[in-house]
Amino acid sequence: MTKVTMTVNGKTVSGEVKGNTLLTEFLREDLRLTGTHVGCDTSQCGACVVHVNGEAVKSCTMFAAEADGAEVKTIEGMANADGSLSVIQQAFQDYHGLQCGFCTPGMVMSAAALLKENPKPTEAEVRDYLEGNICRCTGYHNIVRAIMAASGQDVPAVAAE
Amino acid sequence: MPKDHGIGASQKRREDVRFLTGAGNYTDDINVHGQAYVHFLRSDMAHGKINSIDTSAAEGMPGVVRIFTGKDFEGVGGLPCGWQVTDKNGDPMKEPPHPVLAQGKVRHVGDPIAAVVADSLEQARTAAEAIVVDIEELPAVVDMAKALQSGATKVHDDLADNLCYDWQFGTDTATTDAAFKNAAHVTTLELVNNRLVANPMEPRVAVGDYSRANDEHTLYTTSQNPHVIRLLMGAFVLGIPEHKLRVVAPDVGGGFGTKIFHYAEEAFCTFAAKACNRPVKWTSTRSEAFMSDAHGRDHVTKIELALDADNNFLAVRTDTLANMGAYLSTFSSSVPTWLHGTLMAGNYKTPAVQVNVKAVFTNTVPVDAYRGAGRPEATFQLERVIDKAARELGVDPIALRRQNFITQFPYATPVAVEYDTGDYEATMAKMEELMDIPGFAARRAESEKNGKLRGLGVNCFIEACGIAPSNLVGQLGARAGLYDAATVRVNATGSISVMVGAHSHGQGHETVFPQVVAEMLGIDESMVDIVHGDTSKIPFGMGTYGSRSLAVCGSAMVRATEKIINKAKKIAGHLLEASDSDIELKDGKFTVAGTDKSVAWGDVTLAAYVPHNYPLEEIEPGLEETAFYDPANFTYPAGAYACEVEVDPDTGKVTIEKFVSADDFGNVVNPMIVEGQVHGGIAQGIGQALLENCAYDENGQLLSASYMDYAMPRADDIPHMANYVVDHSCQTPCTHNPLGVKGCGEAGAIGSPPTVVNAVIDALHSGGHTHVNHIDMPVSPSRVWAAINGQ
Amino acid sequence: MYSFDIQRPTSVADAVAALGAEEAQALGGGQTLIPTLKQRLAAPSVLVSLGAIAEIKGVCTGDDGALCIGGGTTHATVAKEAASSYPALASLAGHIGDPAVRNRGTIGGSLANNDPSACYPAAALGSGATIVTNTRSIAADDYFQGMFATALEEGEIITEVRFPVPEKATYMKFEQPASRFALVGVFVAKYADGVRVAVTGASEDGVFRWTEAEAALSSNFSADAVPAAPSGDGMISDLHGSGAYRAHLVAVMTKRAVAAAG
Repeated sequence: MTKVTMTVNGKTVSGEVKGNTLLTEFLREDLRLTGTHVGCDTSQCGACVVHVNGEAVKSCTMFAAEADGAEVKTIEGMANADGSLSVIQQAFQDYHGLQCGFCTPGMVMSAAALLKENPKPTEAEVRDYLEGNICRCTGYHNIVRAIMAASGQDVPAVAAE
Repeated sequence: MPKDHGIGASQKRREDVRFLTGAGNYTDDINVHGQAYVHFLRSDMAHGKINSIDTSAAEGMPGVVRIFTGKDFEGVGGLPCGWQVTDKNGDPMKEPPHPVLAQGKVRHVGDPIAAVVADSLEQARTAAEAIVVDIEELPAVVDMAKALQSGATKVHDDLADNLCYDWQFGTDTATTDAAFKNAAHVTTLELVNNRLVANPMEPRVAVGDYSRANDEHTLYTTSQNPHVIRLLMGAFVLGIPEHKLRVVAPDVGGGFGTKIFHYAEEAFCTFAAKACNRPVKWTSTRSEAFMSDAHGRDHVTKIELALDADNNFLAVRTDTLANMGAYLSTFSSSVPTWLHGTLMAGNYKTPAVQVNVKAVFTNTVPVDAYRGAGRPEATFQLERVIDKAARELGVDPIALRRQNFITQFPYATPVAVEYDTGDYEATMAKMEELMDIPGFAARRAESEKNGKLRGLGVNCFIEACGIAPSNLVGQLGARAGLYDAATVRVNATGSISVMVGAHSHGQGHETVFPQVVAEMLGIDESMVDIVHGDTSKIPFGMGTYGSRSLAVCGSAMVRATEKIINKAKKIAGHLLEASDSDIELKDGKFTVAGTDKSVAWGDVTLAAYVPHNYPLEEIEPGLEETAFYDPANFTYPAGAYACEVEVDPDTGKVTIEKFVSADDFGNVVNPMIVEGQVHGGIAQGIGQALLENCAYDENGQLLSASYMDYAMPRADDIPHMANYVVDHSCQTPCTHNPLGVKGCGEAGAIGSPPTVVNAVIDALHSGGHTHVNHIDMPVSPSRVWAAINGQ
Repeated sequence: MYSFDIQRPTSVADAVAALGAEEAQALGGGQTLIPTLKQRLAAPSVLVSLGAIAEIKGVCTGDDGALCIGGGTTHATVAKEAASSYPALASLAGHIGDPAVRNRGTIGGSLANNDPSACYPAAALGSGATIVTNTRSIAADDYFQGMFATALEEGEIITEVRFPVPEKATYMKFEQPASRFALVGVFVAKYADGVRVAVTGASEDGVFRWTEAEAALSSNFSADAVPAAPSGDGMISDLHGSGAYRAHLVAVMTKRAVAAAG
């Protein structure tokens, strides 16, 4: 067992981990931050995406020990300080960018990482960036729409009457 | 102006807040104090005889609680099939046992041989490696045609062969043959409906718990229908009476059919929790899901279409081999028969329709319902053969369809169902308008300038949803009626809990159902919550599948709410000293008609529970009503879809450039959610058409066993926003349910695969590749290239 | 996963020492190794993470003009920092896997693994790069030794990869639809002394140089000069395409790469 200390959503946390403890296991089981999900075992679905030192990573493909000393942000840390939904989260609700909600945490974390490095992405750039996030419910259309809207760009209204 | 509340409003989803903040409560988020973990040792061969299983070394390994094998389940029932099909000779289908853990033989890669329960998952897995299994490998039966050959290896030794049933349905053979004989033209097409894996993003999970104090079992599971699991597992597998068994399906991360069925792992965890006197948890990995979740589709079909000299459809005849896999999953037998054969008339007034299906056992994972279940298979065959006929006859594929549309309703098809209403011309016209078909030639020319071939594909579809009228499905072999139930509980201060049998795993019931109740009562939606997914809280319900939630459970909810209104009016009448027949309910206020005398909703609900002034002699206190609803008929959503593809002739790569769906779902409660359902269905249909392929090799090894080889649609596989419209403005309300709704969950997956393939064939023909009349799905780059090059 | 310890040395020397332990294995970005460990296809006693070694991270230009990339540099960093000096390489790095994978996966890890469908081997071979380890320098032509096989010795760590910068170059990838790895990827690089064409994804022997195309393009660098497709014999044949299809794509992608390189 190794002791790790990291900052998760602004709070310093410590824990004892084994060599093979994945970051996602540390978050879900030790910290009870169950918003980060596991949807595959080949690093493809992206349900487990969190930010480590500001960068999107797949927390199921990184050992907890490797996050020692890092700043980690998960979906639980994405809302505004007053608890209201952040711009990206709100756009996902406004544009119906989620259905079952399972891939959603990873989608939001990836969207946040994208908009940080590319504040006004084109639609093609959004779609390309989401290569590592699989959603089975929405058909992506409204996820793309939500991310474009969150970046302040005009998108067609939801559910044209 | 669109409505901003109630029925017809694109209300934002209330459940989103918890999902967007990481506060959802999925089954894997549930941990019961003291729980142990199970790892299933699964067969890595497709077919074999188990000579011995030696667990002695494994038993002593660190953390091991107990190891189970098939022997431990000898006194336990097998997993049941819920639908008995009768074959064309009047004999019941062959129904081999489906043990929780393999007994005597393994029959597919992934078949569970043993289960290790240990303190940690890692310990369970390590101990499983120490189990010594002596299996004698047998030849695997994979290909259905070969499985039916005489002398083929048998999947189930006790059966005569690998045939589950040989089913015939619809128009009799003499009439059908005569129609073909008299035809001016016959088009024939052989095709494959590719095997798919549903792949909800949340893998399956089961947590079994047992209380010695009161002999109560609890199962937390990723299910679309917790009551169905309670019924099947309690009554048929483990023999637990329903009052001692609670099944909870909390937030469920997508289902698409594959979470309908009762699985071995659920029964195991429930059983083992008592046997070990410890909660037992199983969490599937994605790799495990590929070999243990029921697969979908996997039909091989020959379809023939007979037309007269004026291009009127005379007859349709199909011959299908349907793969059941190694065992019969819960609804597997119904998919190629009653969910497929009944749809073979499509949107057309073809007088003779005959459907022949042979269901076949193979050494593969069981196959069962997946989004659309039988209806995508039917639609794909029919709409592909019509397209081929149009090409052979040199007529416009839209005109050919139009000419043969059913236009009078109700319409009784030759395949047992009666369409209550529809307007196929309306959706076709809407599709044409949105697709800008006159502009296609210019778009094709533009593509050709870039070295690409552009094709236009269209098709229609119809589906039978709102499953199902219990009397009818009972006649068809369903072993349970498929009605649903709702309880509307009005609390003393006027807020409402609605207990519904439908389960929401992405469909937005928590938002939509309150829209209906609030509109009926004229109160704010925030006063209404639904409760779902827990058998201890809900009277009953058959769950969510077959696009049925609103049409069936929603109807039950409407009926229960009507009872509430009736009783509340009586109470209001008493408070207002008026006859209840004179009471009107509007905007949450009860008024004596023609007067300004009124009482508020909250006054009535309070009076119902804390009756100081109450007609105790006439009405019971309390305000809670339950209704069960059994639909009189299926609902029949229908529509017209179109897409344009570009084919890169050098690589074979197909991209979808434009997509339009024009659906008729009847009335729509929340347009935003309806469109989202269609988007999701279309993405899965595009996945089936272009990407997804669950493939086995000849030895029964699964070749597409992870996302490394099973191609899931991703964001860049879907057309851009400007070129993608889903429309539901054509609305012929269902005639037999109170909301006039038809269901929208499966339409996209049903309507889109033929659209895409028709477009690809059109593109190839435009490039002079006129020898290509069909490409089996998925229409992958390598298959397109091979087709172009005659390989 | 099996149990193992994990170590995070901060220098190459410490990493090499740690790798001396029995059944020790190096961990780069882990984007391939960790899924392998999850399947229990490897059972190291200790994983030596190279992620904390600052001296093997970064992109710079050497005295000879070569682009030098530290073995522990992530794909995302290469995509950004090589964009002006070697755009084809940066673009290749920017299209490996997905953004989250690119934030963890490293060039050293990719080259050490030598997946037959990975992108970096095509760049290294196509550029005639030099793979520098803690003990020696290995020419790319000597480094790749078939699927998942390289010239690396046990415990040897890739510290740097040196890419001679060509006059022009392009990488064209045709993606396998599921994994999005290269079904066929062709890296074409034009140097003063000739053209190199390296192909990944196609061959059962892993990345290879298509010498016929190199010869033809060295005398006439145009898409029309690309020879007919090589034989499909020895090409990977699987669910996603036959050997003949892959061979065909080799020619198509080469032509497109040359055309794009201009």
